[in-house]
Amino acid sequence: MSLEILVATILTIITAATPLVFAATGELITEKAGVLNLGVEGMMLTGAVTGFATVFFIDNAVLACLAAMAAGMLTALIFAFLVLGLQASQVATGLALTIFGIGLSALLGQNMVGIAYAGLPKLYIPFVSDLPVLGPLLFNHDALVYLSLALPLAVAWFLYRTRAGLILRAVGDSHDAAHAIGYPVIAIRYMATLFGGAMAGLAGAYLSLSYSPMWVENMSAGRGWIALALVVFGTWRPWRVFLGAYLFGGITILQLHAQAFGIAVASQFMSMLPYIATIVVLVLISRDPTRIRLNAPACIGKPFHPAA
Amino acid sequence: MHKRAFIKVLSGTLAAAVLATGPVSAQDPTKVAFVYVGPVGDHGWTYRHDVGRKAVEAEFGDKVETTYVESVAEGADAERVIRNLASKGNDLVFTTSFGYMNPTAKVAKQFPDVKFEHATGYKQAANLATYSARFYEGRAVIGTIAGHMTKSGIIGYIGSFPIPEVVRGINAFTIAMRKVRPDAQVKVVWVNSWYDPGKEGDAAKALIDQGADIIAQHTDSPAPLQVAEQRGVYAFGQASDMRAFAPKAQLTAIVDEWNYYYVDRTRAVMEGTWQSQDVWLGLKEGMVEIAPYGDAVPEDVRAAADSVKQAIIDGSLHPFQGPIANQAGEVVVAEGETVSDKDLLGMNWYVEGVQGELPK
Repeated sequence: MSLEILVATILTIITAATPLVFAATGELITEKAGVLNLGVEGMMLTGAVTGFATVFFIDNAVLACLAAMAAGMLTALIFAFLVLGLQASQVATGLALTIFGIGLSALLGQNMVGIAYAGLPKLYIPFVSDLPVLGPLLFNHDALVYLSLALPLAVAWFLYRTRAGLILRAVGDSHDAAHAIGYPVIAIRYMATLFGGAMAGLAGAYLSLSYSPMWVENMSAGRGWIALALVVFGTWRPWRVFLGAYLFGGITILQLHAQAFGIAVASQFMSMLPYIATIVVLVLISRDPTRIRLNAPACIGKPFHPAA
Repeated sequence: MHKRAFIKVLSGTLAAAVLATGPVSAQDPTKVAFVYVGPVGDHGWTYRHDVGRKAVEAEFGDKVETTYVESVAEGADAERVIRNLASKGNDLVFTTSFGYMNPTAKVAKQFPDVKFEHATGYKQAANLATYSARFYEGRAVIGTIAGHMTKSGIIGYIGSFPIPEVVRGINAFTIAMRKVRPDAQVKVVWVNSWYDPGKEGDAAKALIDQGADIIAQHTDSPAPLQVAEQRGVYAFGQASDMRAFAPKAQLTAIVDEWNYYYVDRTRAVMEGTWQSQDVWLGLKEGMVEIAPYGDAVPEDVRAAADSVKQAIIDGSLHPFQGPIANQAGEVVVAEGETVSDKDLLGMNWYVEGVQGELPK
């Protein structure tokens, strides 16, 4: 493998992993607060179409990303209202949110199919970006890629180094205890769910503005589900989730390259690998109760009824 | 006894009612339903079928009522959707993906009065017709263009699933390309999806990184063309004219043209002349069309492509005309022979010039 191909491969892996990092890290925070939102795919698509529409009408990439985040949050708000406000089943509501998001985004995007966009600008730093190998690898991405690298750092710091993070984890681990001490469980879960929505929206924006800069229906093609799987795969730890995203992105891209090289790989097998890996991790961690207790939020998916 | 008599009377009444409504039903709109594998906004395969559906509406106005169900997964779920459409009183149901074959055949058996049309399959029944387009004829035309336009001699080809339909396209493309440029090679990457813009784009990137300077695809989204445009290489649109996504990169596109067929078959149902059939139509009948050439295609290449197209239309050229060698270089189709339709429909081997192994 020549150096150029290696660099090109890594670049492609980065673009494939970035949307997964956003969506999975957002979902991680949601789940850490004890809320299971299966609607990631729907929120991603809503974000993708909103981001694309914004760039199309206003032509401002920053606004487009913000609008996508807002759209993701708005969709998450519907979910939060149903499961936190009305105590609806989180699993059923999450699934419904995915279906809703697919339909809504298709409806909103009806008139935007077939429009091309050049893609988010790359952050070009004179001289440094032109360095061989390191230049393209490190210094020639769009802003969202750098943001996706900073995100796990920020989230890990928030969860394990701040008081607010501790409270969020407490809410996810024992909402009754957190409530008894006087923390607003529902409000915290609302915020965590909205954060998850914002990140899913941003993941969608990355899809429609950078990864394949256009709007076509259902363009996330299952990435929301992979993001959900990644949270489990990473056992609810930000860096492991991040590594998981790169691992899955990497496997996908490497098998494409392997095929182009003429190496026979069972591409069907590769396509199901993320899901198999998730099942394996689930089996492994469920055999080890301490590990679950350490990372998995104990109250995930459980409705909270504040004691009267 | 009573019960049985009652049922007899009831069924008699029903039959009478059906008979009675028979002539009147000419006034009722003919109901035509479509099952799509992707979203209508995919700008590719499904989009073109939906254009066909709209053509039916435009032709017959309020004499027809069309419905569609999009993004229906191939397999068990499809059966539920098709049965649902059949039981809702549709007169004609088009199922537009290969994977709907068994579900369609099963439901067709249960609803003998409903007419079914399955695209790209091979199972027929008295009320189940099949139709397909000879896309490989279009692929011979774009293969000719690729042979003229490639500099590196490496063409990247993005495949969906290794089924005969796709393999046939790869082979037709490669044969035509190597008639122009005998040393050119086709690299195939399978993405295991008909529609995943991100992954299709990634496959295009991988192929371009490995030296391909032209991208062809047998998947449904315009993402590979967009990648080609960004990377400054050429590409061919798939199923519909995708020039909007790649104004410089798109050399031309193979366009699926279902309009006439859907209008004809709907008319046949209306007039009561519908019969089961198995048709496989191509450039000649206009079911496969070649989009206008991109600006990058020079005059002599246009002329070469046009002459291949014309030769296929007038029958003087068959895209699978011998001699054809397999990957090992052995001539498997002798000079003067052509591959039969039956062999084309089951094609599961690569011709010489395709790199890599065909996944089984």
